Amino acid sequence: MLAWTIYLSFAGAIMLAILPKAKPALARWLALSVAVAGLAIAIAGFAAGMGQGRTVFVDLPWVPSMGIHFLLAADGISRVLVLLTGLAAVAGVLFSWNIELRTNEFFAFFLALIGGVYGVFLSFDLLLLFVFYEIAIVPKYFLIAIWGSTRREYAAMKLAIYSFAGSAMVLIGLLAAYATSGSHSTSLVELGHAGFPVSFQMWCFPLVFTGFAILAGMWPFHTWAPTGHVAAPTAASMLLAGVVMKLGAYGCLRVGIALFPRGLDPWGFSFIGFGSWRDVFAVLAVVGIIYGALVALAQTDFKFVIGYSSVSHMGFVLLGLMTLNQIGMTGAVLQMFSHGIIAGLLFAIVGRIVYDRTHTRQLAELETMHLSRRLPFAAWAFVIAGMASMGLPGFSGFVAELQVLVGAWKVNPWWVAAAGVGIVVGVAYTWRALQMAFFGDAPASPHVLEQEHGHKLAAITWPEVTGVVLLAGASLGVGLYPRILLDTIEPAVKALLAGGVQ
Amino acid sequence: MNYADLFRVTLPETALEIAALVVLVVDLGFLRKTALKARVAVAALLGVAGCGAAIWALQFQGDAGLSYGTIGESTLLATGGFAQIAQSGILVLTALTLLLLIDSDFTRHVGEYVSVVLMAAVGGLLISAAQDLLVIFIGLELLSLGLYILTAFAKSSGKSAEAAMKYYLFGGMSAAFLLFGFSYLYGITGSTNLNQIFSALAVGEGDSFPLLIVAVVLVFAGLGFKVAAVPFHLWAPDTYEGAPAPAAAFIASVSKVASFTLLLSIGFASEHILISGAGFWTRFGAGLGSIRFELLWNVILFAAAALSMVVGNLAALAQVSVRRLLAYSAIAHAGYLLLGITNNHGEVIAHLPFSRPSPTTDAVLFYILTYGLTTIGAFGVVSVVERATGSDRLDSFLGLHKRNSLLAAVLLVLFLSLAGIPPLVGFYAKFNLFAAVLGVSAGPVPFTLVALAVAFSAVSLYYYLQVLKRAYVMPAVDESPIKAHPATMAVLVAIAAAVVVLGCFPALLQNWIESFYR
Repeated sequence: MLAWTIYLSFAGAIMLAILPKAKPALARWLALSVAVAGLAIAIAGFAAGMGQGRTVFVDLPWVPSMGIHFLLAADGISRVLVLLTGLAAVAGVLFSWNIELRTNEFFAFFLALIGGVYGVFLSFDLLLLFVFYEIAIVPKYFLIAIWGSTRREYAAMKLAIYSFAGSAMVLIGLLAAYATSGSHSTSLVELGHAGFPVSFQMWCFPLVFTGFAILAGMWPFHTWAPTGHVAAPTAASMLLAGVVMKLGAYGCLRVGIALFPRGLDPWGFSFIGFGSWRDVFAVLAVVGIIYGALVALAQTDFKFVIGYSSVSHMGFVLLGLMTLNQIGMTGAVLQMFSHGIIAGLLFAIVGRIVYDRTHTRQLAELETMHLSRRLPFAAWAFVIAGMASMGLPGFSGFVAELQVLVGAWKVNPWWVAAAGVGIVVGVAYTWRALQMAFFGDAPASPHVLEQEHGHKLAAITWPEVTGVVLLAGASLGVGLYPRILLDTIEPAVKALLAGGVQ
Repeated sequence: MNYADLFRVTLPETALEIAALVVLVVDLGFLRKTALKARVAVAALLGVAGCGAAIWALQFQGDAGLSYGTIGESTLLATGGFAQIAQSGILVLTALTLLLLIDSDFTRHVGEYVSVVLMAAVGGLLISAAQDLLVIFIGLELLSLGLYILTAFAKSSGKSAEAAMKYYLFGGMSAAFLLFGFSYLYGITGSTNLNQIFSALAVGEGDSFPLLIVAVVLVFAGLGFKVAAVPFHLWAPDTYEGAPAPAAAFIASVSKVASFTLLLSIGFASEHILISGAGFWTRFGAGLGSIRFELLWNVILFAAAALSMVVGNLAALAQVSVRRLLAYSAIAHAGYLLLGITNNHGEVIAHLPFSRPSPTTDAVLFYILTYGLTTIGAFGVVSVVERATGSDRLDSFLGLHKRNSLLAAVLLVLFLSLAGIPPLVGFYAKFNLFAAVLGVSAGPVPFTLVALAVAFSAVSLYYYLQVLKRAYVMPAVDESPIKAHPATMAVLVAIAAAVVVLGCFPALLQNWIESFYR
């Protein structure tokens, strides 16, 4: 059933592409109905799959001579991420309700991107996964380059080149794995049983992991992320941070770690303190956490703050993956979900609710605008989103980051100590942005107030309220009752650890 | 050999020649007074009909080929197998380039144009099947001379004349190299037949190794020119830029298919000697010559492949003319393809029946056929834009999606396919080729080259996006709609649809290729 999320999204994209150009309202409603249908299927598939292991929906020979199958399946990890994609898609359409320029093309690219993302999460054939992964690159480019803002062409090209370079690394690893396995199959399960030599895994793992981690925003390959997020139109930044970065992390997990588990073994020697690829990537993840947070603290552009915070939060995902234990990796998957929701919400508030009304994202300018009074909804929504982003208990981020840190503690307490610094800085930059953007204490002279009264900011519309409620509710719901996702994630991670990691 | 065999095997060529003459007679004899548009349509359709007849005639060729003595030892023209696949491909692609002619007005001599195209295609058919140095040379000359004329066909354009002159000078020089190399090969081995040459080499002409080096290098200089491999590529950008668009499409597709098939048959002959018939014992016996040849040939091809990928992709980054961009991208694609030519090893082929070449051969054919298709479409789009804006510069693509959204969509599909983005056929062709190369031999050298190829594919996305960016992203300076002839549009849309369908279902084309080996 979940397979229909893919078909529906691509069908919707094609329909929107051939829709008459003069009817933006029709395009919006069509896109919304496709996204909602996708979310409904995702929820139904999630509910139906509860307590089940890996289920295969479709298994058709695609290129028989090379053993490539059109193999769609889902396990707990996939179901959670498909759910995330459904939520992000609906929220993305809602927050793009005011797109007037080439509306139908916008939503066509949007749904094509969503379809590719669903496809990656549901593919259990390595080549198919790669195909969907690349399908997602091109719409991103056009979404940013056509509908973006600040230096959009530069940012779009940078993102496309980074993504394509990453996928080239993955492709090299894929070809090498295919040639080495000799099994003439690209199914993830069969490749997992191929028993690659350790020496092969030792170089193929870092190659593939880095290739995917570029899209997950791993330091020092993260620089596409802030510029891309800032330049992208709101919905695209929501998707970029919400689901596209998860594609990278998911690839690291599903392909990198599951296929080449011995690549994480100790090298047998130590090089300036690094004894294995695991140490290397864990340290890069920790550096990303701290670096992203520190840079976010110094930004003057509201959206850059959120952009760098994504780098920091994705560091937790990668750190969780490198723990290689049950609790840490469960936390990593939960953090993917959690960050997808929270980052989507933050970008929606900054890009759509605030920027489209004030036409500035400079914190210094926002400080003088008294937004807490003029846009109380935005202010309180950002308070909630900010709390979620800081990882306060009661929100999904808390559960996820806690699990990652517990898992990391078991491996190396120093990683936790360093990541803790990142959390503290995270509180600081969120607080700073919140305070400067909404609760600026610029004196409110009667003259200014009168002037502001004359330029009333446009009222908050229903799509915005719905979107905020949807995302904030999801984060709060998972935060208050994390078992709803954990029960699905834990068995899948356990199976993956048992099958893939030694 | 008897004349019945000759007639049977060359039936497709004969069909094309007859069609060429019919076109001339009809155009010059009956349509002198008719309007140019009607003449173009009639000539193009007659040419297409000729290609159709030749495709139909392919089935009567039989399996034995044309030989003057024992089959295999003295074959002149092969039939069936990959030769026939390539011939079918050449005929289909020729028909497509002729259909693109319908909308063009660069010449009033349409009858001559179409018949030269058909005769050049005959050359292509010949070299795809040729197993003898003399036939190869004649076929190549027939093809090349046709191409020089076609390049110069826009008589009112200085660029066209310049391009043809450059192409001709380079081409004449490389033909001389090739012939010189052939003469050495003949001198070393005493035969002009590919199989006999390699048998003789296998028996061990160790003393003549220095001479063999010279011969092989000279031969590759001649063939490398045809496929535009670095360092014999300099003609390509000028020719692609100056030639009339349908001629450029023909050069970029049909001529490439034919030349790569020729490279395939040389590699094929060199390997089969190691395992089949007379050659089998030599593998353990005296014969170092053949292994030496293979080593030498592979080293040259590897070097040319690596250089072509690097130079083609990097030079394409700096182009402002879309035709030159396509030329450099063609050089890069030739680099990828040469990887597939190199990696043939007797060990793998030993398991396969004689008529069955190594897996890389299929992959190369898949690649070159789909690449030819895509590039014809690309030149079709460029020529429509060029006629509307008067230039093929990047900036003339500005706002194309507003001026003709269907054309822009076709451009999107074709260029993304060239860049190797799934689910378009260019991606699968690349994947298939690289997987086959690694599947045959996963040594460090092929692996490094495949890694290089994949890395440079990532680079290539940049320049393809430069064109697409102008078509979709950047604001238009001129928003007047671009009109294309309905027939041209139909061909272009059909090509784009084929690129999508074959990308989603590559097994269709693969099964078709497989069906020739049964």
